[in-house]
Amino acid sequence: MEYQAKELFAKHGVAGALGITVETPEDARAAAEKIGGVVVVKAQVKAGGRGKAGGVKVAKTPEEAEEHARAILDLEIKGLPVNRVLVVPGASIEEEYYFSFLLDRANRSYLCIASVEGGVEIEEVAKTNPDAVKKIPIDAGTGVDEAKATAIVDEAGFPAELRDQAIQMVQQLWTVFTEEDATLVEVNPLARLTGDKLEALDGKVSLDENAEFRHPEHAAFEIREEADPLEAKAKDKGLNYVKLDGAVGIIGNGAGLVMSTLDVVAYAGENHGGVKPANFLDIGGGANAQVMADGLDVILNDEQVKSVFVNVFGGITACDEVANGIKGALEILGDAATKPLVVRLDGNNVEEGRRILNELNHPLVTQVDTMDGAADKAAELANA
Amino acid sequence: MSIFLNKDSKIIVQGMTGGMGAKHTTLMVESGANVVGGVNARKAGTTVELGGKELPVFGSVAEAMKETGADVSVAFVPPAFTKDAAIEAIDAEIPLLVVITEGVPVQDTAEVVAYLEGRSTRMIGPNCPGIITPDESLAGITPHTIAGKGPVGLVSKSGTLTYQMMYELRDFGFSTAIGIGGDPIVGTTHIDALQAFEDDPETKLIVMIGEIGGDAEERAADYIKANITKPVVGYVAGFTAPEGKTMGHAGAIVSGSAGTAAAKQEALEAVGVKVGKTPSATAALAREILQGL
Repeated sequence: MEYQAKELFAKHGVAGALGITVETPEDARAAAEKIGGVVVVKAQVKAGGRGKAGGVKVAKTPEEAEEHARAILDLEIKGLPVNRVLVVPGASIEEEYYFSFLLDRANRSYLCIASVEGGVEIEEVAKTNPDAVKKIPIDAGTGVDEAKATAIVDEAGFPAELRDQAIQMVQQLWTVFTEEDATLVEVNPLARLTGDKLEALDGKVSLDENAEFRHPEHAAFEIREEADPLEAKAKDKGLNYVKLDGAVGIIGNGAGLVMSTLDVVAYAGENHGGVKPANFLDIGGGANAQVMADGLDVILNDEQVKSVFVNVFGGITACDEVANGIKGALEILGDAATKPLVVRLDGNNVEEGRRILNELNHPLVTQVDTMDGAADKAAELANA
Repeated sequence: MSIFLNKDSKIIVQGMTGGMGAKHTTLMVESGANVVGGVNARKAGTTVELGGKELPVFGSVAEAMKETGADVSVAFVPPAFTKDAAIEAIDAEIPLLVVITEGVPVQDTAEVVAYLEGRSTRMIGPNCPGIITPDESLAGITPHTIAGKGPVGLVSKSGTLTYQMMYELRDFGFSTAIGIGGDPIVGTTHIDALQAFEDDPETKLIVMIGEIGGDAEERAADYIKANITKPVVGYVAGFTAPEGKTMGHAGAIVSGSAGTAAAKQEALEAVGVKVGKTPSATAALAREILQGL
């Protein structure tokens, strides 16, 4: 969110007011008093188009700031509740620019995107005047030093009187990008204020989850109240889970196979009243009883789920371990397991795996040999 | 014939003495791959018995290569040390480096990929199952028991989908199956593998498995049109993935209209690649072509 991006900007010296983040109208008033003069009250949600949704308002007095904050905290922007607002000093903007560093998958490196023609309207500019949006490749080996920053600023065409400030800010933003392990650092708008001051008025930073191990401080950025409760529970148990809207719960091993399973279930659902997958859940390679039980526990707590499809291809994992995992999970869950399970096992040690489940002869468990057939069965059960 | 890996390949393992490293070194040895040693600076000079084979531990990749003639390194080192391990292997001029490690920061990978420029090493991965040339060699974690040798060349981002597809087409067999990894940036791309399979006389048909995120499949489609004469069958996972949610692989995310499975399927079909709706349907398409060859 904006205020978090601004904290990271401030940490690395990027010019721009940090403002004060608050959760109540009364605190907004206090913040406005502290800042003094004209302030802007801004909704803090992970969504674009806040201004158009009435989530950004100028207040001339602390009373007005309180009033605006009250209205904004009542809003929902693109389905997201507004739980906090940022109060920043009002700025007299003369010109708006756009600037970002991001991961460039196509070139397996980084890209800088800069435009001196419009900040917040950048997408419009990209359509109507694509030449005004400069895309400058960055070599991941050499990065951005002063010379590269100068080249970027000159290519983007920043006004001469802002050149030095821009060169410094580009280097600071690059520091944000590299030292925070970001995949995106965006300033929009980057503004020229009265008196030729260059400031980052709003921004967005996306962080690489794989780099969390060297940034324990980033954990503070995660706002639990806004995560889906099932996703939060899954995360606590170290499961790779994404909540979706359908009725067929999915458990599989390996991200690719699980993604594929979702598709196969959605196709099968076309013949069974349009039922859809309820989630993505990858239990990874070592599917022991506890992991399987944790996974089933999360999925069975999803009220929308009507049936569960366990789709495992035993690569390194042996199917008998998976079968024992299911068996153990059903024992751990006991009466909490109430929804039908369709299990498809294939690959390493499949005969033994199937034998274990046959012997278990659990009333909730149905075995189907093929992925397509099992998806069909799971969809049928979800539509029953 | 095969691509990148064959019966003469001599393999060392970086991180051989760790849990994952030891387990998969054992499986590699058991598959018949010629594993010749491992690297761990703290245990240099010792030996480790894995899969019934006494394997020497060396202090560096360079030393291991000098002593054993190794030309492939498989890395199982933890994410925090992967970048340094990769650069060490590249500096030692190992011809093939396979990075299995999952969870490597993408900026580390970007730096390694930039470092590869102008150097002699080919890197596969990170976050990949590695590469198998059935009945000849295995550098990675793909089970060697799924399928034997044959005319199909397989390239995939995903491990388990690699296994699933090998299983589906086990009656035909594979020249080489390569899992390039599910991260946003990887060392060897679909395009690299496609060209290698095109040049490999043993490969008669190529199966390419993609997934949501990025535009690697679209670029592969352009490449196929211009450069690949062999039949290609495709599969794309993630049609039901919602926008903005990462589907397990760090690189598997649909952002806006970019990276959707539908767009990838369309791009592949536009250049004559037959795309299956499910892994089984994809295998059926491949089977039909193989039977007509």
